Amino acid sequence: MNQLSMISILTKREFMSFFATPIAYVFIAIFLIMSGIMTFNLGSLFERGQADLLPFFNFHPWLYLFLVPAFAMRSWSEERRSGSIELLMTLPITALQAMVAKFVSAWLVLGLALVFTFPLWATINFLGQPDNGVILAAYIGSWLMAGAFLAIGICMSALSKSQVVAFILSVSISFLFVLSGTEAVINSFKGVLPTGAIDVIASLSFIQHFDSIAKGVIALNDVGYFLLVIVSWLTAGLVIIEDKKAS
Amino acid sequence: MIKIKNLTKRFGDFVAVNDLSFDINPGEVVGFLGPNGAGKSTTMKMLTGFLAASSGSISINGLNIKEDALTIKQGLGYLPEGAPAYGDMTVLQFLSFIADVRGLTGRKKQARIARVIKSVELASVLDKSIENLSKGFKRRVGLAQAIIHDPKVLILDEPTDGLDPNQKHHVRELIKNLAKDKIVIISTHILEEVTAVCNRALIIANGTKIFDGTPQQLQEKSSYHHAVTIELTQEVENGDELKSLPHVTSVVDGKNKITVLPTSGQNIFASVYDKVQALGWQFDAIYSEQGRLDDIFRELTTASTNAADA
Repeated sequence: MNQLSMISILTKREFMSFFATPIAYVFIAIFLIMSGIMTFNLGSLFERGQADLLPFFNFHPWLYLFLVPAFAMRSWSEERRSGSIELLMTLPITALQAMVAKFVSAWLVLGLALVFTFPLWATINFLGQPDNGVILAAYIGSWLMAGAFLAIGICMSALSKSQVVAFILSVSISFLFVLSGTEAVINSFKGVLPTGAIDVIASLSFIQHFDSIAKGVIALNDVGYFLLVIVSWLTAGLVIIEDKKAS
Repeated sequence: MIKIKNLTKRFGDFVAVNDLSFDINPGEVVGFLGPNGAGKSTTMKMLTGFLAASSGSISINGLNIKEDALTIKQGLGYLPEGAPAYGDMTVLQFLSFIADVRGLTGRKKQARIARVIKSVELASVLDKSIENLSKGFKRRVGLAQAIIHDPKVLILDEPTDGLDPNQKHHVRELIKNLAKDKIVIISTHILEEVTAVCNRALIIANGTKIFDGTPQQLQEKSSYHHAVTIELTQEVENGDELKSLPHVTSVVDGKNKITVLPTSGQNIFASVYDKVQALGWQFDAIYSEQGRLDDIFRELTTASTNAADA
């Protein structure tokens, strides 16, 4: 059997498992409710009088910061706690295939949550003439960013049998990635670090890369950045799970 | 066939498996015995490629577990300790998933699933979530998963743990029927299981092999092998008269029950029988014992533990 068909079998199982338990429903519901509240109350979508979805997308990094780690914390922790990892790893599969399957299945659920926000898009199109190209770019950017949060969460989940520990670790690390782009952080480093170092810190920021995609420019460096973050954290997770699977 | 050479596994300072070597040929059903913590599960985990050995080598059908793990895993069925599975799946979903991973498709997949459902009797729980099943059913789901692709090598870590006597019997029959040209390795601490299904017994304690032979040979090591037990109708003074018989080492007195132990390899049934007749004792039963596995197990494993402690 080739790699891809094995990954698709494993992905299917993981995906079904999100819906066999309330996890996927809860995640999607909370995501929709929270993003609705933030968009209309905090972001004042209507009061702004502009036909775009910026108030909606602006809150995504902060929403993902807590929701995605909660969604991802189970992926490896649960396998290790229940012992099913022993079953999984003695099937004729590789750890890489399992890792990819876990990521892809969860990423699809995150994508599904984004798809379900379409009423918002329909509303804006009903009320005005937004640039749908920009909105599509922002959706893609948001999904990529969600993937980056997810990769961190899965890696931390590989690290600990305890889901709570995995959650706290991944929120903390994700927070650093979100924070590194905020003005507060940049300003506090100004004068202390050389400009080059500040640029590096700022360039690690999820927000900065997401914002530039959300403006409608799907630039290679922004997409590449998120893909790199995803691959790096999943690779780290793979090393960890190979090392820790039996402990 | 399986060849294990100088297999060692260390966890930090603790040596779980210590320089273990043995070969297993097709057709052998090996009972892997030992006290808890002896290294049984660790050895099985290494055999299935789940754990990497600290040193030594494992080869299965000519392939090395380090280099050809994937190929080896394809021909291997494994029931891990505690029979873990994906609790949120139904039994049928789970078996279907395993069949997919095992590369079974179409009619063949359906036929194989139907066959394992029948052979481990899962028909009544097919649409139940695995997490809601009783311990016995969970164990059987684990067993079904291990045999669904008809593997050449089957490794079962405590396959009858948590089953009731009927289910135990059923699983043992299943294993016996499987094992014509396969290698089956079963870990257990139920000794009767070894005589019931295995044609080879391997005892390990503290990670080292302390016995390797047929269950018959294991029984012969017992001081109760060919011992004669007399169940008396009435209590008698004592069994001292029997001590003077040739080849008798000792006489164990119980209430209404006397057991006469022979020197190793001697058959004393006839002489004991004659003597009891001559004494005019009334008895309900008189029989020759096979050997008490519990005793021999305790003897072998505690001797090894004491040696290790010393």
